[in-house]
Amino acid sequence: AMDTDLSSQDRKDLDKFIKFFALKTVQVIVQARLGEKICTRSSSSPTGSDWFNLAIKDIPEVTHEAKKALAGQLPAVGRSMCVEISLKTSEGDSMELEIWCLEMNEKCDKEIKVSYTVYNRLSLLLKSLLAITRVTPAYRLSRKQGHEYVILYRIYFGEVQLSGLGEGFQTVRVGTVGTPVGTITLSCAYRINLAFMSTRQFERTPPIMGIIIDHFVDRPYPSSSPMHPCNYRAGEDSGAAYPSVEDSQEVCTTSFSTSPPSQCVFTVTKAHFQTPPPVVTDTLKVPVMGLAFSHQLSSSRLSYQPAALGVGSADMGYPVLFAGGLNAAHPHQVLVWYKDRDFCCPSSNTRSKPRRMRSLVTQAICLYCLCCVSLSLFSSPSEDTETVSNSSEGKCGSPHDVLETIFIRKVGAFVNKPINQVTMANLDIPFAMFAPKNVELEDNDPMVNPPDSPETESPLQGSLHSEGSSGSSTGNTHDDFVMIDFKPAFSKDDILPMDLGTFYREFQNPPQLSSLSIEIGAQSMAEDLDSLPEKLAVHEKNVKEFDAFVETLQ
Amino acid sequence: GPPRPAPAMNCRAEVLEVSVEGRQVEEAMLAVLHTILLHRSTGKFHYKKEGTYSIGTVGTQDVDCDFIDFAYVRVSSEELDRALRKAVGEFKDALRNSGSDGMGQISLEFYQKKKSRWPFSDECIPWELWTIKVNVVNLANEQERQICREKVGEKLCEKIINIVEVMNRHEYLPKMPTQSEVDNVFDTSLKDVQPYLYKISYQITDSLGTSVTTTMRRLIKDTLAL
Repeated sequence: AMDTDLSSQDRKDLDKFIKFFALKTVQVIVQARLGEKICTRSSSSPTGSDWFNLAIKDIPEVTHEAKKALAGQLPAVGRSMCVEISLKTSEGDSMELEIWCLEMNEKCDKEIKVSYTVYNRLSLLLKSLLAITRVTPAYRLSRKQGHEYVILYRIYFGEVQLSGLGEGFQTVRVGTVGTPVGTITLSCAYRINLAFMSTRQFERTPPIMGIIIDHFVDRPYPSSSPMHPCNYRAGEDSGAAYPSVEDSQEVCTTSFSTSPPSQCVFTVTKAHFQTPPPVVTDTLKVPVMGLAFSHQLSSSRLSYQPAALGVGSADMGYPVLFAGGLNAAHPHQVLVWYKDRDFCCPSSNTRSKPRRMRSLVTQAICLYCLCCVSLSLFSSPSEDTETVSNSSEGKCGSPHDVLETIFIRKVGAFVNKPINQVTMANLDIPFAMFAPKNVELEDNDPMVNPPDSPETESPLQGSLHSEGSSGSSTGNTHDDFVMIDFKPAFSKDDILPMDLGTFYREFQNPPQLSSLSIEIGAQSMAEDLDSLPEKLAVHEKNVKEFDAFVETLQ
Repeated sequence: GPPRPAPAMNCRAEVLEVSVEGRQVEEAMLAVLHTILLHRSTGKFHYKKEGTYSIGTVGTQDVDCDFIDFAYVRVSSEELDRALRKAVGEFKDALRNSGSDGMGQISLEFYQKKKSRWPFSDECIPWELWTIKVNVVNLANEQERQICREKVGEKLCEKIINIVEVMNRHEYLPKMPTQSEVDNVFDTSLKDVQPYLYKISYQITDSLGTSVTTTMRRLIKDTLAL
């Protein structure tokens, strides 16, 4: 008869392996959703703190959340550890994307060697997890997060809840490892239907203002663990001090033996282990999403509402929009406008690819945003917090209110009149502001149809002879934006009698180029066409010369 | 405990197939080979007295593809990356120069060395063979290329899942070697990681459908050592 009971040392080791495996699993998943490329170095000498012989960094906040969720327990039958990945837009709509499940079932492998085989297989499983986290749809979404949406994670322990993933979700198994106390299984269930189906399926929270504060309304799960943004960097901004890895983590130095199994030597030493001081973590988190976002915060009080239009972001090269299109065939289809491409393509997980959305209308939206972006780049820090707070307290009920809010804001030096020519159907769907508008938008888009030039004399003439024109605006007949004060840096020049600010004000409304006007353009085209026969005759006469020239080139 | 089962003498074989555009061949092959080697590499072994050893740490990094909407994870080892790039580069050139319809396959074989007595040379016994069949397509316009970027990206996601499934079966792996045997099981020539002994070879299928075998010896010096 075989002694199938696990020795107490083996049992302790196994429990420790499972605990650290769970913690590393969470780190791999969350780090894979940060939106950045991960890179760790190989080291030929074991450092003593690299569990499973893999260089996986420990983000302290993430470890803390995982330990909190586990609350000293280990995954067991019926008690699974789940990492939920969801997407939250700047308007407050959220959608679950994936649930990663670490489960234990009853199938035991009594003969397996804990200290050796189980450990190595857990290492292999983590490698598989690294690979699989890059191939589910949420990976690509997470790489493009930041402007329109963020990716959040939530850890819970208990029963797996898959109902938030929508219809037809798919599962992928990462792997299994048998142990003497059960079989560990790691898998992922992920949403494939990325369309926003109806208003009922996500939560409406008040618009995010200023900084992202996420708080939740009626989470359907018994556990009330809070959501966290995946790219939250602890220690940059927040007062909470998480213990560094060296202080708080148990150190694992492992030694393996190649002697026959019965003589396996395995030593685990603990470095001095400090319990992290209890930190009260709230549902209120302040994510600092890296450089672009903090820049945004310092340059303008409003951070997210304009970001819905792509405004205010420091590194905005191309606008990023999340357009919920009213496509006749597929209502509420989500189109993702990728930041590094200049066209809009449907999210790769939608069934059909309606190319016709790539239409003049969406291009107009793009141009409109570019217009807003370029104008916002001239803003200086706003003193006008009153309007900001008013607008941000706006309800999110009517999309019209939301839109109006954005345009009434006073950001920087621009004073806006509400742009009422941008109308939209009063639809109670998310991203309604991005519903394809009728051509009306395009007509009113100053970028597409530049306003008529004023009948006054040339502004150049005017400004060269005017004095003290700074501080006032001139000749702006079609103002949507009136510049009050513009003090560009380093703009004084001794050569010209005007500074950059004056120059900008004077020339911000140049007359339309004559060649752009239809009559003149048509006229010159007609002239060109008329002169063609003449020109051809001349060329024919000189054909020998031309041929000789070509010969010299060959 | 019970006696260890004898190692399987049959080599398990897995076949993957991809259709890609010419400029995607390299990235697609690297993605698959790196994913396999991620699972088949360990940290460097450091043997101590009494037959015990410790294992170094394997780092990993994300790689974005330029011609495919795809990203993968590879082991952080420049030597290993160089070796794979060299092999894949030769495969790509052979495909291009063969004048064939653009069909070929690249194989990654893991093997063990079995020492023989003089005058017999060591045997190489394969225990796992991965074959990636490649079909190169030509595309007419930019729109097709864009679709191809996405489609190949999706296909590669499937391949990664397939590879992980195989790895998860926990089938035969060579026994962990003693210090004197380690070079029969692992490639110890790299300074930061230790893959199982492997060799890469490829074949180009010409338009007649026959295979033109171009076997490329493994890129690491052990091949020639007896």
